[in-house]
Amino acid sequence: MAAHLKKRVYEEFSKVSQQVTLEEVPAKKLRLTKPSKSAALHIDLCKATSPTDALQYLLHFARKPVEAESVEGVVRILLEHYYKVFWVNCVWKLDFSKNFACVLESHQVLAQLLDTLLIIGTQLPDKIAVIQRLIDVACKHLSSTYFRVRNKCLQLLGCLGTVDKPLSKETDAGAGAQTSPVRDVQSVISDYFQDQDPRVRTAAIKAMLQLHERGMKIQQTIYNQACKLLSDDYEQVRSAAVQMVWVLSQLYPESIVPIPSSNEEIRLVDDSFGKICHMVSDGSWVVRVQAAKLLGSMYQVSPHFLEQTLDKKLMSDLRRKRTAHERAKELYASGEFSSGRRWADDAPKEKVDTSGVNLIDSGACGAFVHGLEDEMYEVRIAAVEALCSLAQSSPSFAEKCLDFLVDMFNDEIEEVRLQSIHVLRQISTHITLREDQLDTVLAVLEDSSRDIREALHELLCYTNVSTKECIQLALVELLKNLTKYPTDRNSVWKCLKFLGARHPTLVLPIVPELLSTHPYFDTPEPDMDDPFNYLPYLLWCSSQLPGRKQTASSGLEASGVGSGSLESAQNFLQDSLIRVSALQNLETPGAQDLLEFTIRDLQRLGELQTELAGSADFCATYLHCQLLLTKALQEKIWTMAVPLCLKQNAKVSTAARQILDETYKLEFLYSGLETQQIATIHNVRLQAKALQLILTARSKRGVDCVLGVCEKFLQDVESFQRLFMTELPHFQDSFVEKLLELMPRLTACKPLDLVKILQTTLRQSRFIHLKLPEQIHRASATIIEPTGESDNPLKFTSGLVVALDIDATLEHVQDPQTTVKVQVLYPDGQSHIIHPKPGDFRTPGPGRVRLITQVYLSHSAWTEACQIEVRLLLAYSSSSSKPSASKPAWNESMDGLPTSESCIEGTIHLSKPVKVFIMPKPAHR
Amino acid sequence: MPDIKVTPLGAGQDVGRSCILVSIGGKNIMLDCGMHMGYNDDRRFPDFSYVTQNSRLTEFLDCVIISHFHLDHCGALPYMSEMVGYDGPIYMTHPTKAICPILLEDFRKITVDKKGETNFFTSQMIKDCMKKVVPLNLHQTVQVDEELEIKAYYAGHVLGAAMFQIKVGSESVVYTGDYNMTPDRHLGAAWIDKCRPDLLISESTYATTIRDSKRCRERDFLKKVHETVERGGKVLIPVFALGRAQELCILLETFWERMNLKAPIYFSTGLTEKANHYYKLFITWTNQKIRKTFVQRNMFEFKHIKAFDRSYADNPGPMVVFATPGMLHAGQSLQIFKKWAGNEKNMLIMPGYCVQGTVGHKILNGQKKLEMEGRATVIIELCSLYSPLAHADAKGIMQLIRMAEPRNMLLVHGEAKKMEFLKDKIEQEFSISCYMPANGETTTIVTNPSVPVDISLNLLKREMALGGPLPDAKRPRTMHGTLIMKDNSLRLVSPEQALKELGLSEHQLRFTCRVQLHDPHSDTDTLGRIYTHLKSVLKSYSIQHVPDGTVIVESIVIKVTSSAEEPNLKVILLSWSYQDEELGSFLSTLLKNGLPS
Repeated sequence: MAAHLKKRVYEEFSKVSQQVTLEEVPAKKLRLTKPSKSAALHIDLCKATSPTDALQYLLHFARKPVEAESVEGVVRILLEHYYKVFWVNCVWKLDFSKNFACVLESHQVLAQLLDTLLIIGTQLPDKIAVIQRLIDVACKHLSSTYFRVRNKCLQLLGCLGTVDKPLSKETDAGAGAQTSPVRDVQSVISDYFQDQDPRVRTAAIKAMLQLHERGMKIQQTIYNQACKLLSDDYEQVRSAAVQMVWVLSQLYPESIVPIPSSNEEIRLVDDSFGKICHMVSDGSWVVRVQAAKLLGSMYQVSPHFLEQTLDKKLMSDLRRKRTAHERAKELYASGEFSSGRRWADDAPKEKVDTSGVNLIDSGACGAFVHGLEDEMYEVRIAAVEALCSLAQSSPSFAEKCLDFLVDMFNDEIEEVRLQSIHVLRQISTHITLREDQLDTVLAVLEDSSRDIREALHELLCYTNVSTKECIQLALVELLKNLTKYPTDRNSVWKCLKFLGARHPTLVLPIVPELLSTHPYFDTPEPDMDDPFNYLPYLLWCSSQLPGRKQTASSGLEASGVGSGSLESAQNFLQDSLIRVSALQNLETPGAQDLLEFTIRDLQRLGELQTELAGSADFCATYLHCQLLLTKALQEKIWTMAVPLCLKQNAKVSTAARQILDETYKLEFLYSGLETQQIATIHNVRLQAKALQLILTARSKRGVDCVLGVCEKFLQDVESFQRLFMTELPHFQDSFVEKLLELMPRLTACKPLDLVKILQTTLRQSRFIHLKLPEQIHRASATIIEPTGESDNPLKFTSGLVVALDIDATLEHVQDPQTTVKVQVLYPDGQSHIIHPKPGDFRTPGPGRVRLITQVYLSHSAWTEACQIEVRLLLAYSSSSSKPSASKPAWNESMDGLPTSESCIEGTIHLSKPVKVFIMPKPAHR
Repeated sequence: MPDIKVTPLGAGQDVGRSCILVSIGGKNIMLDCGMHMGYNDDRRFPDFSYVTQNSRLTEFLDCVIISHFHLDHCGALPYMSEMVGYDGPIYMTHPTKAICPILLEDFRKITVDKKGETNFFTSQMIKDCMKKVVPLNLHQTVQVDEELEIKAYYAGHVLGAAMFQIKVGSESVVYTGDYNMTPDRHLGAAWIDKCRPDLLISESTYATTIRDSKRCRERDFLKKVHETVERGGKVLIPVFALGRAQELCILLETFWERMNLKAPIYFSTGLTEKANHYYKLFITWTNQKIRKTFVQRNMFEFKHIKAFDRSYADNPGPMVVFATPGMLHAGQSLQIFKKWAGNEKNMLIMPGYCVQGTVGHKILNGQKKLEMEGRATVIIELCSLYSPLAHADAKGIMQLIRMAEPRNMLLVHGEAKKMEFLKDKIEQEFSISCYMPANGETTTIVTNPSVPVDISLNLLKREMALGGPLPDAKRPRTMHGTLIMKDNSLRLVSPEQALKELGLSEHQLRFTCRVQLHDPHSDTDTLGRIYTHLKSVLKSYSIQHVPDGTVIVESIVIKVTSSAEEPNLKVILLSWSYQDEELGSFLSTLLKNGLPS
């Protein structure tokens, strides 16, 4: 029963909150929802136009019996309605404590009520009086004996309370509410830091964090209280307290706090850093993860404390011992690196002064040493990440943590290994690898996991090494890697290229060794396909390249082009856009030529300047759309009689089709667009749709079919208005603006009239000039594997499946996990679209995504081998372009339901097709 | 005062022969029942006659708890239960119960069959002893009898090692056994909740050691093995059958998997095989990685590691062999060693400690040439992986203390000198008292157990209403009530209810007190002045001036009469009930000081 009730509550809850947000939805739609008592009441209330009406409905409702299980839902509806009442009147006349005396006896209901109040409060951020009332209600119920009520009260205070103003009693003079002592929200909340219930304590801290998130200034006074909670018995309290301490350390990093049991004082950020470090060895792993994560964002901490986190003093039978890291360093310094013949070199040395040994880590001591050796890999990953972000901000710390990160390459969990390789790459600008460290790093090249190897190649691209021996070592190991895993070819090449380019001076001395003295070069014809030959060569070449580039560019600079070329290209882009925008009417004779030339120029510019390729392409495509549109409108069909122009019709309709396609590309293929550009694109799309509509009207007989299309078009216009309300000022004289002006007429008139209006509007409307945003990137993809060169068909038995490995890189694709698909096109025209698993996408660098996946092919038997085409597609749905913040939540709740009809699904080609030879053979029986 | 008595029979300021007697709340518990590996006479077993005093052990002990299967923790168990005689319950975890008899049997074989000792326990005795064992799970609370309950926590020392919480009423003791605070390749780290025991009995083997990270050592080990295998050499790793062997197996197995290596790995049959079987079964007792990957594959179902056969030693090509015994003094490991030692491509890895006099010890001490069977053998490559066994280091012990927050500490299972150091540190850092009794020495810890009392709800609610609206969960508060002790139960009820229940009528106890005061005013004026005076002093009390010539403060009545002889000498009559004793005596002293003029 209880479960049922709960479900019921949630049901009601979701229903109601939706209804609130969609207030303008007409009442008849509400009828579609499952009729229940509460829903019926809601409908009644919606019909009510004035408070008195509503009161009548309410009284009527009160006389009816209410089944027990819907009471809570009803109450909720009532509350929602009250909220509407003062939406109209801005007056809060109803007193909860009186009206709901009966229900308030139940703590559960009270907690739910407060929940509703919270929603009401967040919906009305600008109604100070109402919020003040709500805060008073919350304060009053804070002393409840039931924890959930207290929780909700605290949550409400956190979400609505203000710190600057004390909780005053001015506003409740007439309402007869409980008088609470005049204190500010913060001190009220902080009182509950010591509540007897851990859940309430957690809620109190969370409320405080909520205050902080809303931009309220939290006082430093609660720092001590928060620190006390770090030693709470319950993990959720400790977890929240760690966050609280962190927030305070970010707010008041420089204030001074005393150290207990001594007269010294330290900065607050250092003190809190020490305390959070302490939590890295907490009993609960949830807290440990939390603490390790937060450590990574405390940049203001003093270097002294930071370096302590990696500190460890070893001891064996009270004798000081050197750590393995120290020994490795010494060995390396003495030139005896990796001989492995030293014996008992870890024998303890000098005696330790017993009084000086600190067994309980004071402050930050060894926090990361603990974190990196934690039992749970979640903690280890968090610690590695924290190390990374701290090392990025402090080069000296980066140098120190190097040994520890290299150690992590040997972790038992692959995720941790991978993460630590990534991290090392991120901080590689600050560090130079010693030979022994490089040796350890290179050992990972033999890992069987492709991700690990590729991450390591990536790391080697960015690594600084100290000596020429290191280069040689790396070369040898990469060769080994290549012989063991030939599929790594591309990656290894790239790696060597960067390695050479990075260390030209180190490569130079070993060139003779690499090239001329190599025995293979003595043979008359060295086989350049053998990696042992071409890899050293590649290394050498790449080490020479940057030098040449430099000389080249310096020459250019002398001639005044040089580094300014990007700037000039940008100027050129702007100039051409301005030139085009000077065109008022595209129908003037020279205009189209100018457009055509500009498009050509822009395309060329995109090829030359890779930085501007996105912008240039974008503009060119947009202008192309305009050109097509203008041409279409100039066709003779508009002046001809309907039956005569079937041929032209076809031409125009292809143009319309093409424009539509291009607009979808414009919208979804380019990242970095702002709403204004999207609105501009939508404008063009509407024009294309209008064109299509007119054509349909002209070519088809009968009103019925046109009617549907018209309605759809009007819906599109409406949705445009809804989405781009704020952008409308930019659309003077545009097609859309004119349409919106005519909207009342359009909705009323007949389809044929509508078509006529559209036709004139289309011809009259001005074209909208494009304003470029900062940076536009075009999404692109390249399929690396399969290469399409293979002549050997992939043979398999028909009816069964064969797996095809696909390896592709994607650039500037937003949210690839959901949008990128693989299309397989069979010679018979059959096409399959395959959704790769989210796990198949890897992100080796910013803006880049690697897709390594398998697609399964199958077909009935063929007589001979034939080629299939494989390509990547970008899926889009026009609903996803809605700039609404609540989209994910909405998506979740609507999961499985059909999406609204305004959304259009489609795909854009993202990569060039690759041909794969396959041969399904008939099964032998 | 109630107390907890702890007497180590073994392991007091000593390593080996763990056996500790604990008396708590009238219950006697034996923690571990180990033997000393260093002795071959009576000293190897704990002195049970200390306990028995010519009576049977069963009468004295309520239960025996075994923390893990190492012989220095369970070796004397059959001797105690069968030869000395104990029929009560013996508690241990499931893996311990599975592995313990194998080790005992192995040990018995060596002692009786090889060394020819008599007066030792027999196989049957081991079996009989095991019948008395009650297995338990992690975090499972077992009720030994109505008052005594025990609970096991993960200790991470070896498979199935556990720490035990022993609880009688509100008194509790935690015994750690051997534990490890840092996870390794196959086991997790010890964990305990904040149970705040009265006494924490902890091992202190590495009390003066702070260990280094294992990663470097593991990396070195793997690198060396890898190099040797790549150049076609053979690797011999002499190991003890349990614990370290499995850790290294997992290490190599995952490395092979990761690096895609093909060279075969073998482990010697017999005990190791059996032990691996149990590791496979008790997967829940291993670390996070093994537990998580268990769904795909049980990590102990080795892919690359196979059982060894004597003939394999002569096979060409690279291989890695784990062989027992670990100290290279006899058996298979020595045989293989003799075969391979001459070839400089091969390598020997000593992962553990070696006793003086064994071949292993000589090698560990850096001897490069050995005389064996008249031939000089040269050892080419050697690598030591010697690292502390899975015990907590000094920091780990401190960490556990921080986790459990005990009120007292007691150190066992360590050397006296090292304990001394740790004891000082503990007392200094946590300011709790720390004990380190020697064998046979009894430590008494006075406890202050809280006595649970049922309180009537009405009384509680009434008290709650008196308090302010703010929460003050941890502040003590005084309250009035009647404590009824009846039929072994304690109840706190309001006085009225107590009277009703006991059928007694209420007696009022009032104190009266006369205070003489010199005051020239009339009686009523004096009373008025007293009234205003009290009003100014006692601001938060209700003070009434009743027309019939009395002032009433709460339940205190104040009257003023003047004596007949001297009109200026006023006699103030104060009367208060017993409940207001405090206020009454305050008023009387206040009035004695006179009124302000």
